[in-house]
Amino acid sequence: MQELKENMVFQPAMPKSWNEETKPHKFCPGCGHGIILKMLGEAIDELGIQEKMIFGCDIGCSLLAWDFFKVDSVQTHHGRTTPVVTGMKRAHPELICVAYMGDGGGYAIGSQHLFNAAVRNERVTIILCNNCNYGMTGGQMAPTTLPGMKTETTPYGRDVELTGYPTKGSEMVAAVAPEGAYVARGTVANPRQLKGFIKKALQNQIDGNGISFVECLSGCPTNWRTNAKQTWEFIEKEMTAYFKLGELRVPQAKEV
Amino acid sequence: MGEVSLSSEQRVFMTGNETVAWAAIAAKADIMYGYPITPQNEIMHYWTRLMPKYGKKFLQTEDEISAGFTLAGGVISGAKAFTATAGPGNVLMQESASMAEMMRLPAVYIIQQRGGPSTATVIYSQQETTITTFGGNGEGHRIVFSTSTHQELFDYTIKAFNSAWAYRFPTFVLGDGYQAKMREPLTIYDPEQRGINLVKPEPILGIRPNGSKFTHLRNTYNTEEELYKVVMANQAEWEEMAKKVVEWDSRDCEQADVIILTHGVVSRAALGACQQLREQGHKVGYFRPITLRPFPGEQLKAAIKQAKKILIAESSYGQLVKLVENALYGSTVEIVPMLRPGLGITTEEIVDEYNKL
Repeated sequence: MQELKENMVFQPAMPKSWNEETKPHKFCPGCGHGIILKMLGEAIDELGIQEKMIFGCDIGCSLLAWDFFKVDSVQTHHGRTTPVVTGMKRAHPELICVAYMGDGGGYAIGSQHLFNAAVRNERVTIILCNNCNYGMTGGQMAPTTLPGMKTETTPYGRDVELTGYPTKGSEMVAAVAPEGAYVARGTVANPRQLKGFIKKALQNQIDGNGISFVECLSGCPTNWRTNAKQTWEFIEKEMTAYFKLGELRVPQAKEV
Repeated sequence: MGEVSLSSEQRVFMTGNETVAWAAIAAKADIMYGYPITPQNEIMHYWTRLMPKYGKKFLQTEDEISAGFTLAGGVISGAKAFTATAGPGNVLMQESASMAEMMRLPAVYIIQQRGGPSTATVIYSQQETTITTFGGNGEGHRIVFSTSTHQELFDYTIKAFNSAWAYRFPTFVLGDGYQAKMREPLTIYDPEQRGINLVKPEPILGIRPNGSKFTHLRNTYNTEEELYKVVMANQAEWEEMAKKVVEWDSRDCEQADVIILTHGVVSRAALGACQQLREQGHKVGYFRPITLRPFPGEQLKAAIKQAKKILIAESSYGQLVKLVENALYGSTVEIVPMLRPGLGITTEEIVDEYNKL
């Protein structure tokens, strides 16, 4: 969607739920967070839930989203966004609670929370940005760093003999969550599909079915030290070869 | 004994853990988040049994980190919420307590101290004094009530919810395994029937009555100066709160040569020792901080004016002494420590220690 600005300049429309005062946002040029958060913003607008939700964000680059939306928001500790929104939802089930985090927050320091929230089928929506490294701290190996990939703590490439294989988070959540869960993996390379996943993940919470989890493949050109072409190639080819796109769990349609 | 209820004042005989569960019901708490660890387990056991009757909620989390952060989420959404833990669980909960200090969250933690360091014993100590008063990477912007009887466990658990929601600092009730597990008589009551106002919780985020303005809560700051302002503002409000919240018990200190100073359950032994020694004609005083944060430093200074010695008895190795020395900096009174980490302390032992002075 585009809108006409002064002097015949076209500019993409900003989601209504975005907080204009904090734009332009603080993510690096080429970062995928902006795309994910735009898709989330549009999904919030389309579902009309801006006034009914709480947005929680983790530590790492995702914390830069703390004032991103015109939505009640809380920035928590590293890995602890899942329990914070779980605590809210348990106390006030009428709230729509969204946790936004990176791969470190979800699959490393907060993995016990993600795993157990999935097992308990917590009625929250978790959106996780997978960019294969720890961006905020300067590009260390993450649970999602691809085999052989160079990072600051794997300067000669990730050795899977020493560090194991990348975490397949969506598959893990899908494996342990009971019926009612929604689990998908999208990519910033296909924003329309990603928005569809995020919207379904929110709707699944609104319907009270179970946990909703969307992993978003994303780019980190600053730490990857890649140009635009290399960045997109990595997201579209290397990452999708390991992290399969699509819906892993969809709740069964209710009988009418 | 008939059915226990809060409909009118009732004399009961119960464990400290059961007492806490009843106090949380009496304080109109909405939800408990918890993870099993001895010696606090029965708080969860009684809470979950009382839940259906009183319309309460409970979530058993995957660990104490999660219990602390679900608690943070609960209070942010406007629920009167609490958790309970001990020992290594207390260590893990300090992360959420530190966030609660920064973001001014009225989270209530019940601590039933066990032995330390590490897993140690499941039984008893006062070795969580330092971590409960100053745990986390902050300035101790919190309230800590140290109880000594079951009646106090009941009264101060209710007070903890009120203080937390009135001043918006994380609030701890510091008990111990002895208080948790032993049974003794106390009176339970509906605080509102006694004219005690219960501070109402309200949503910090989420659906609010006015609805219009959005709030962005954070605990991360960009510059040193920005952080300094926030911490100093919290410090100023903490000091303002401290004057209203600080509590202590001081007896016979005015003409005393020796003051026996204790906190928590050890105060029961101290009280007994003071009585015995005074009956024998000794000039002995009794001083007990009830709030360890804020510490009643000024009140202690006033109480020891005539004293030559302070005998400090604690079931840890100098954690209470540290708080006292900090409060009495510059005073020339002699401090005689009686340090028994992880051990209970009896009246007789304190009397013996006094006789060695």
